[in-house]
Amino acid sequence: MSPADSTLPNGPLLKEPHPDTRSADPAAGEGTLSPLLSVRGLCKYFPVKSKGLFQKQVGEVRAADGITFDLMPGETLGLVGESGCGKTTTGRTILRALEPTSGEVWFRLGEEGADPRLPVKDGYVDLAKLSEDQLIPLRTRMQMIFQDPFSSLNPRMTVRDIVGEPMLIHKICKGSELEDRISDMLTKVGLKPEHRTRYPHAFSGGQRQRIGIARALMMNPSLVVCDEAVSALDVSVQAQVINLLQDLQAEMGLTYIFIAHNLDVVRHICDRIAVMYAGRIVELAKTEDIFKHPQHPYTRLLLSAVPNPDPDTPMNMDFTGEVADPGNLPQGCAFAPRCPLCTEICKHDTPSLLNVSKDRYSACHHSDQLF
Amino acid sequence: MPLSLQSEPHSDPHAALPGGGRPEREPNALEVEDLRVYFDTEEGEIRAVDGVSFHMRRGRILALVGESGCGKSVTSYSILRLIQSPGRIQGGSIRFYPKPADGGAETAPIDIASLTEKDERLFDLRGGKISMIFQEPMTALSPVHTVGNQIIEAIRLHQDLDKQQARDKAVEMLGKVGIPGPEKRIDQYPFEMSGGMRQRVVIAMALVCNPEILIADEPTTALDVTIQAQIMGLIKRLQSEMNTSTLLITHDLGVVGQLADDVAVMYLGRIVEQGNVRELMKNPRHPYTLMLLKSLPGMSAGKARLSSIKGSVPSLRELPAGCPFHPRCPFAVKGRCDVGDRPKLEKVSETRGVACIRWNEITDGDIAAIDKEPTR
Ligand SMILES: Nc1ncnc2c1ncn2[C@@H]1O[C@H](COP(=O)(O)OP(=O)(O)OP(=O)(O)O)[C@@H](O)[C@H]1O
Ligand SMILES: Nc1ncnc2c1ncn2[C@@H]1O[C@H](COP(=O)(O)OP(=O)(O)OP(=O)(O)O)[C@@H](O)[C@H]1O
Ligand code: SF4
Ligand SMILES: [Mg+2]
Ligand SMILES: [Mg+2]
Repeated sequence: MSPADSTLPNGPLLKEPHPDTRSADPAAGEGTLSPLLSVRGLCKYFPVKSKGLFQKQVGEVRAADGITFDLMPGETLGLVGESGCGKTTTGRTILRALEPTSGEVWFRLGEEGADPRLPVKDGYVDLAKLSEDQLIPLRTRMQMIFQDPFSSLNPRMTVRDIVGEPMLIHKICKGSELEDRISDMLTKVGLKPEHRTRYPHAFSGGQRQRIGIARALMMNPSLVVCDEAVSALDVSVQAQVINLLQDLQAEMGLTYIFIAHNLDVVRHICDRIAVMYAGRIVELAKTEDIFKHPQHPYTRLLLSAVPNPDPDTPMNMDFTGEVADPGNLPQGCAFAPRCPLCTEICKHDTPSLLNVSKDRYSACHHSDQLF
Repeated sequence: MPLSLQSEPHSDPHAALPGGGRPEREPNALEVEDLRVYFDTEEGEIRAVDGVSFHMRRGRILALVGESGCGKSVTSYSILRLIQSPGRIQGGSIRFYPKPADGGAETAPIDIASLTEKDERLFDLRGGKISMIFQEPMTALSPVHTVGNQIIEAIRLHQDLDKQQARDKAVEMLGKVGIPGPEKRIDQYPFEMSGGMRQRVVIAMALVCNPEILIADEPTTALDVTIQAQIMGLIKRLQSEMNTSTLLITHDLGVVGQLADDVAVMYLGRIVEQGNVRELMKNPRHPYTLMLLKSLPGMSAGKARLSSIKGSVPSLRELPAGCPFHPRCPFAVKGRCDVGDRPKLEKVSETRGVACIRWNEITDGDIAAIDKEPTR
């Protein structure tokens, strides 16, 4: 990534995104203020097959349904929502670990834009349309940190092989240069160079998570999707890993998509938050706006369910509504069956994600009632 | 509060709390005394649990917290005698006091630690009077049976119901733990469900027999906050309606704050602090508890760096001398904290125990001072 990018503030978004205009030109910004990533109407549907010998398709799960947002360089965007609402699917589809059903994923190339094999438009490529071959050189720039530090590392590989493997696959370097880089990266993530010969089982959960981080950052990516990267860790190790992710972001100019269900963690680390419900983004705003004035009834529900460590700040535990089933969504707003503000229109028309005030987007027919 | 710190044996379960505000306190449902669980490994003996004592009172929720690997799961497995080779209960007692029948007399306690592996009482207790929500749902579910059949079997093992009654009860329970369309889901296999749904099936299975003691090992870690709140509400309801005692193991201190009555903090195989939830969360006395609370993202303002406990948990095989927390403790004093035996859990008030020789010396000023030091 260009040196200029790393000097960008980590602060909140400088330019308005256009989540409601799918056709907006994602390359519209200028200089370093244009988004690193512009996602437009991204969909991922999984077929639901019948049981038995001839697996006929009997339906589909709309795991990601029209996801639209911009991501600025150096920014951290949180992705939160109920289990099964499509967070992992969205992350994986953006990185083309899953084939998108439709939609566009514009990724800014910077100086590499010169590569004649890539269909570049104003410095951006649409990841969703590239062939496998075209994707190979881009893979190194986008990485994912997985939720489960225990099962995402190959138990039969040493730390050295795990961390160094991507460099070998992409033929970046080898020999002593590779060894040096591995040592550097291990040190950076708070492990020791002598750990390189150990196998994953010899590490604690927090240390294993660091191995995964080292592997993901080895290629010097610009975009990292952290999928529940700290959820399995106890609070102290979790704090260490969060500090590490923030230090590395400042140092390497990283841009994060941060998927998590711990809202305190999300509040701490994210500049903006996208709240998902049943495959769609229902609210998108700066972190503090989301927490102080949620503009979607689902966001309200979500925030009211966060348990506070202070026993004298009691919470509501009386949740009765049924969880949305993305394989069997109601007509209209997917949240309608659980929504206290639901009226007739909600049961028929699906609300789209609209700009409700500066830098704020909400997909609710009645979001004006929530101020 | 699980009062007796180490010494006092259980005498009269209805004994008045001396000096405590209430005239009576709830009788104990379970008393763990000096529990030691060791593992023989190639690298030597691992003392995963080494002298743990706590009491669970009837109808109260006791949270067990502490960093990964400190022995929480091993402690809870011991209560159901599920420790397998190379592990063994090396010593201590686990006395279970069955709830007397209405108007009936107190029955004699059962020392679970001293039962033989084949004792019928053990099979009776497991999944019946004492049940457990396991940390990893897949270990508790059989992949080759539908979730319904597994729940129905659990019900019929401990209750006198016919197949249809048991099935109705299973459907009702699945609905209660927030599974949509329970009458359809009941005939599914575990692999057809999402991780969060499987976790709820395991919870349903643990609750369906109205246990007297519920052991919940990270029951909501895999769940999102709204489902988590639903499960928390369920555990609370069980507490108020059935007077169930719960041992709640979790690393989410928000869940602890909202759900627990009492808290025990473990470090390296022992309890280092215990007290009721308010005093412990608001006024931690042991440096480890203090540092744990300080690591919470919600606790430090804004986007500042989170404070974390320096270093990592030492290996159980090379326990530091003196207080095993001293290499990581910002208040450790050379020559006092790093020598001699491990500090004992000292009873510092009617409801409070702390295992730190300096608990009384550390001032608010000392605590404020550590915030200024960088931690990593
Ligand atoms: N390979 C697949 N085949 C069929 N359905 C799938 C597949 N992967 C995911 N789904 C479905 O897509 C929906 C979204 O799943 P996804 O894993 O993205 O959820 P999530 O938001 O990451 O949830 P969690 O918080 O539980 O991780 C779910 O209903 C899931 O069952
Ligand atoms: N079968 C075993 N063989 C050897 N050591 C074991 C075995 N089972 C557990 N241990 C050790 O016992 C200690 C306590 O483990 P336990 O599972 O109770 O931790 P925990 O507090 O539940 O941690 P977590 O929060 O990660 O679940 C650990 O150090 C672990 O390595
Ligand atoms: S005994 Fe010493 S080292 Fe241990 S917690 Fe107390 S002050 Fe810290
Ligand atoms: Mg996921
Ligand atoms: Mg455990």
